[in-house]
Amino acid sequence: MTATADEASPRAHSVGAQSTGRYLKERLIRLGFVAAGVSSIVIVGLIFLFLLKDGLPFLADYSVWSFLGGLSWAPVSSVPKFGLVPILSGTLAVTAIAIVLAMPVSVGAALYLSEVAHPREREIVKPFIEVLAGIPSVVMGFFGYVVLGQAVKAVFHAEVEHNALTGGLVLALMAIPTIVTVSEDAMRSVPRQFREASLALGASRWETAWRVVLPASASGVTAATMLGLGRAVGETMAMLMCTGNAPAIPTSLLQPVRTMTATIASEMGEVAYGSPHYHALFMVGVILFLVTLLINSAARKVIGRFQFKGQ
Amino acid sequence: MMLSKGVVQRGAFWLLRLTCYAVVAATAFILFDITAKGLPHLSWGFITQAPRDRMSHGGIFPAIVGTIYLVLLTVGLAFPLGIAAAIYLAEYARNTRLTRTIRLAIANLAGVPSVVFGLFGLGIFVLFLNFGTSLLASAFTLALMILPVMITACEEALRTVPQSFREGALALGATKWHAIRTSVLPYALPGMLTGSILSVSRVAGETAPVLLTGAALSAAVPGSVFDQVMVLPYHLFILSTNMYPAKVYLPIAYATALVLLIVVLGLNLAAVAVRYIVRRRHSF
Repeated sequence: MTATADEASPRAHSVGAQSTGRYLKERLIRLGFVAAGVSSIVIVGLIFLFLLKDGLPFLADYSVWSFLGGLSWAPVSSVPKFGLVPILSGTLAVTAIAIVLAMPVSVGAALYLSEVAHPREREIVKPFIEVLAGIPSVVMGFFGYVVLGQAVKAVFHAEVEHNALTGGLVLALMAIPTIVTVSEDAMRSVPRQFREASLALGASRWETAWRVVLPASASGVTAATMLGLGRAVGETMAMLMCTGNAPAIPTSLLQPVRTMTATIASEMGEVAYGSPHYHALFMVGVILFLVTLLINSAARKVIGRFQFKGQ
Repeated sequence: MMLSKGVVQRGAFWLLRLTCYAVVAATAFILFDITAKGLPHLSWGFITQAPRDRMSHGGIFPAIVGTIYLVLLTVGLAFPLGIAAAIYLAEYARNTRLTRTIRLAIANLAGVPSVVFGLFGLGIFVLFLNFGTSLLASAFTLALMILPVMITACEEALRTVPQSFREGALALGATKWHAIRTSVLPYALPGMLTGSILSVSRVAGETAPVLLTGAALSAAVPGSVFDQVMVLPYHLFILSTNMYPAKVYLPIAYATALVLLIVVLGLNLAAVAVRYIVRRRHSF
């Protein structure tokens, strides 16, 4: 398609100055669009640059290992400690709970929508599940804070309402629509011939769904789960409100924890600009940036594999 | 004991149906809970008055207006850049290394957690460019955050316009840009609008980046883009977690949550409606 702009050039010579102007204008416009396209690369670069700019000075006062391997996050104690382990394990615990809860439910729901539900039923149910994805995270956090917390406390006899499990439950609810939607798309992209061949061999619809469609869409379901995982790791407000905000290494599901995201959001308002604490929070941001980058690139790799080409 | 195939299938399908409707029920319960407990406190005064007496009386007017300002400013900043990048990807770009890098960057940008955007906004807009904690700094931050969604939506809209539209214009002697402007953009615009409204609904509900770059605990309606701003999500966060006793603040928090939910889901519904109307009007 770019050929048009290029082909204008010989014509420009033969027709005269007006066309030369037109040709130049086209080139400039094209350049503008290229610049707009490139801006997203620039933004990613700038984000990383600015995180490092405010994060790296932390390493002037503290060693990398005291940060990555530190077992205590106590930024305002008399001897401030900036150990990543408590908040990293908090993030891992809550995310793990969320994925373990969300994945089977989401895959079941996706399989139902893709293989069992009447098309008209799917047209109504799927958008309704997507409404769940549209609910702002702060509203989900609010719901977890005032409703789910009490339920968790009552059902599991927890000491406090806001703990790893409450956070994980809210996060699961937030991850479910993503996983359902992407998994269902993957299942529906399994070629018809797969199902027809299975049915023709005498398998029931259930056997076809379970033994043919599900394995055939496995990489899509994996990618969906990883996308949900990426969102879960980055979720801030719901975590800030529901996990109990105690930066301690979790030993039980019902213990209050604190995630990396919540640490940044709750402490950034109180730090002095340029203090080690300020720089430490940017270092946490660097880690979050890298972790989500890793998860999302892995998800993209898997997604690239699941499309059935050459149908 | 061997169960017959039919029995196994019926049982399995019921189990799947149950899982699916459990999700539906959870969604319905959340919506119902917020609506039922938020509605009693909702009134005309609540929407049109500023909060008084440590937020225990009055309404949420500055937060509503602040949210609207923030949304408009963010979209104003993100839409031109998003459309331009989408036009590049859909109309100009060939499958080169540069294009693939751009796509990779967009995908990665979409995965960056919102709180990291907040840190970035704090570093670049609030401090480095010296906007201060302000409406403008928040809008820039959120604009960058919704950019990937916007680009993807706009590109998809451009790709739904049939190739023959472009070829027709080019055959009549139009330059490439002229063809895009007259024969592609007008037909892609509604689709672009749909995508943009969806990203707007994300801006309206987003909290973490605003918390780090421009949110005010309590402020009047901003008079300038360099003022701090009250927004609904942050207001809800403060009301529910930082104000005591809960007995006084919980009904206010519920009503605020309901207003926020209506704004965000209303925008989503609008996007669906636009898409529906457009699909019926043009089907190529």
